[in-house]
Amino acid sequence: MDVRFSPEQAALRDSVAQVAARLGPKTVADLDDAERVAKLDAAVDASGWREVRTAGDGGTPWASGVEAAIVAEQLGRAVADVSFIGPTLAAELRRLIGAEPATATETVVLAADLGGLGDRVAFDAAGASVALALHNDALVEAGLADPLPAVDITRTSASVAIPRASIGNLTDDDLDRWTALGLALVSADLVGVMGGAVEITCEYAKERHQYGVAIGSFQAVQHLLADAFVSMEGARSIALHAAWAVDALPPADALAAAAAAKAYCARAGRAVCETAIQVHGGIGNTWECLAHVFLRRALVSIDVLGGEGSNLARVLAHRGIGGA
Amino acid sequence: MDFADSPAEAEFRERLRTWLAENNPGLPASSTDDAYWAGQAAWHQSLYNAGFFGLSWPAEIGGHGLPSVYDVILDEELAAAGTPPRPSLGYLVQGILEHGSGDIQRRFLPGIVNGRDRWCQGFSEPDAGSDLASLRTRADRDGDDFVITGHKVWTSYSDDADWCLLLARTDHDVPKHKGISAFAVPMRQPGIEQRPLKMINGITKEFGEVTFDGARVPAINMIGEPGEGWPLAMTVVSHEREPGELGYVARYRKAVKDLAAKVTAASDAFSLEQVRALGWAIVETEMLRHHVSRRLSDRLDGVTHGPDGSVDKLLMTWTEQAVGHAAVAVGGAAHDGGDDTWLRMYLYSRAQSVMGGTSQIQRNLVARRILGLPA
Repeated sequence: MDVRFSPEQAALRDSVAQVAARLGPKTVADLDDAERVAKLDAAVDASGWREVRTAGDGGTPWASGVEAAIVAEQLGRAVADVSFIGPTLAAELRRLIGAEPATATETVVLAADLGGLGDRVAFDAAGASVALALHNDALVEAGLADPLPAVDITRTSASVAIPRASIGNLTDDDLDRWTALGLALVSADLVGVMGGAVEITCEYAKERHQYGVAIGSFQAVQHLLADAFVSMEGARSIALHAAWAVDALPPADALAAAAAAKAYCARAGRAVCETAIQVHGGIGNTWECLAHVFLRRALVSIDVLGGEGSNLARVLAHRGIGGA
Repeated sequence: MDFADSPAEAEFRERLRTWLAENNPGLPASSTDDAYWAGQAAWHQSLYNAGFFGLSWPAEIGGHGLPSVYDVILDEELAAAGTPPRPSLGYLVQGILEHGSGDIQRRFLPGIVNGRDRWCQGFSEPDAGSDLASLRTRADRDGDDFVITGHKVWTSYSDDADWCLLLARTDHDVPKHKGISAFAVPMRQPGIEQRPLKMINGITKEFGEVTFDGARVPAINMIGEPGEGWPLAMTVVSHEREPGELGYVARYRKAVKDLAAKVTAASDAFSLEQVRALGWAIVETEMLRHHVSRRLSDRLDGVTHGPDGSVDKLLMTWTEQAVGHAAVAVGGAAHDGGDDTWLRMYLYSRAQSVMGGTSQIQRNLVARRILGLPA
């Protein structure tokens, strides 16, 4: 057992963090800066990060779930407003069924509640023209129709046009493996979102003065932030294991590991982002404050492939306990 | 990056498993059971003689110089085999290794490691809990000895101890943190009285209070220099905050597995709420297991104990208390006079957010030392 990042993994983490820090949004107003968004998208495109799960030699992906999760966490931390998880999961679907890699940017279609692969909502659809959907038990390509009103203002969803012809079928093991990767990536995104939310909130608590002192000097505020930080660290540990498990464990075990991580990250993610808003006080309840951008992104990541309830049920089912 | 056993770790695990199959002492798997204490010394020595104790400690003191992950493998296999946990002595060994002279180390460490001597820890006092540095037990020089007067409380296993790692005030004219010294005090002497305390779960074995009235300790038993007891205390408590050191993860996993077996045996008898409590206990326990893997891996780079211990202690506490909630939800509160094992486990879990520094103290440390929030 040695779960330290390899030098290459540490370098990947640092380069994603650098790109996201340089080109990601620093303020809510930055979200409307189309030129910046285009530069960020071009940088992510040039990096090849969205292709890490395309098939290499013998059908194995270019990089493991750990590398994909490293990218997802750093993009989440900066609330980077470009697609990543959607295209990565589309590439994984093509890899699993042995189809040729996509020629244009594509994403995946989820059920209306985002709880699983489906045929209703194209998730993380920025820049995508096509999306892979599960329609009548077959994997199909679908065109994208209209953008949907955004819960998360850093990632785009779209409605789906009439699905086209089938491109293949997923076995149960394929679907478990794919769901494990998806849960590991949204868990990593939530870890990143928590990290970013804790950072901006600690900064604010050091700057904001009331009663003549920084509010971060009050024990009541300190304990909120300490709990947020500790929750994020626990989430990071279980999410890291899930990312490793994607390729290292049999599909059913990988899915159980990912579900445990997602249940933990879903619960912690919402609580930490709510703390960010609370500590920002009145400012935190205004649109201009970044805190709600983190919370909104968390809300979508929580729902993708199921939140606490459905993932606890997966964990219990893996131990032979139904009905949760 | 790999969570799985390396070939050497897998070989060790297999060898240990084979040994355990033939050397299970048949003792209760709980360190708070009287029957456990009757066989504890033999169990410790049996582990030591087979080469399965002190795995991560230096060879010079009877250890094996292995990475800490081997302790975790030991804990996992002991829990899986249903044996008692390994004696939890890392706090003593680290405290004496880091702060004791060569003479102190030679005199005391071998007996700790090989199971000859039993120790207790005399830190807390009735008026010095979280504010440990305000302790009032005094050690006054008298010839070649110090004479100890004072009152220690919440002292684990004091009734069976041969020695006490004692903090006492030796200088009353300096700031409170600077006037404390540490001693190895022989417990079996006149002038020391030990009284058990009954915990909220009914057990009387674990907790004690100890009064010192003219007890004597040779001056050569001072650990570290005069007035340097506080840094030793900090080493010891930071050790007590590390889930990887304490072997609790394996115990939580065992409890969760037993609770899951209870539910699968009669799934219709359990409500959604009960089953969800079990689900969270599983998730928290898995989190802690992987968190320990992360911390032990970081230590391969030589990262030492810092404020991260407070993060680990809080995560361990949240996990133990989630397991406690599952225990009382699924195991039941024994309203019908039945088996109260699970109720006792739940009640014991309430101590985790107090012992080794309360959760409130840990949050203060995280806020100040990690997040850099102002005082």
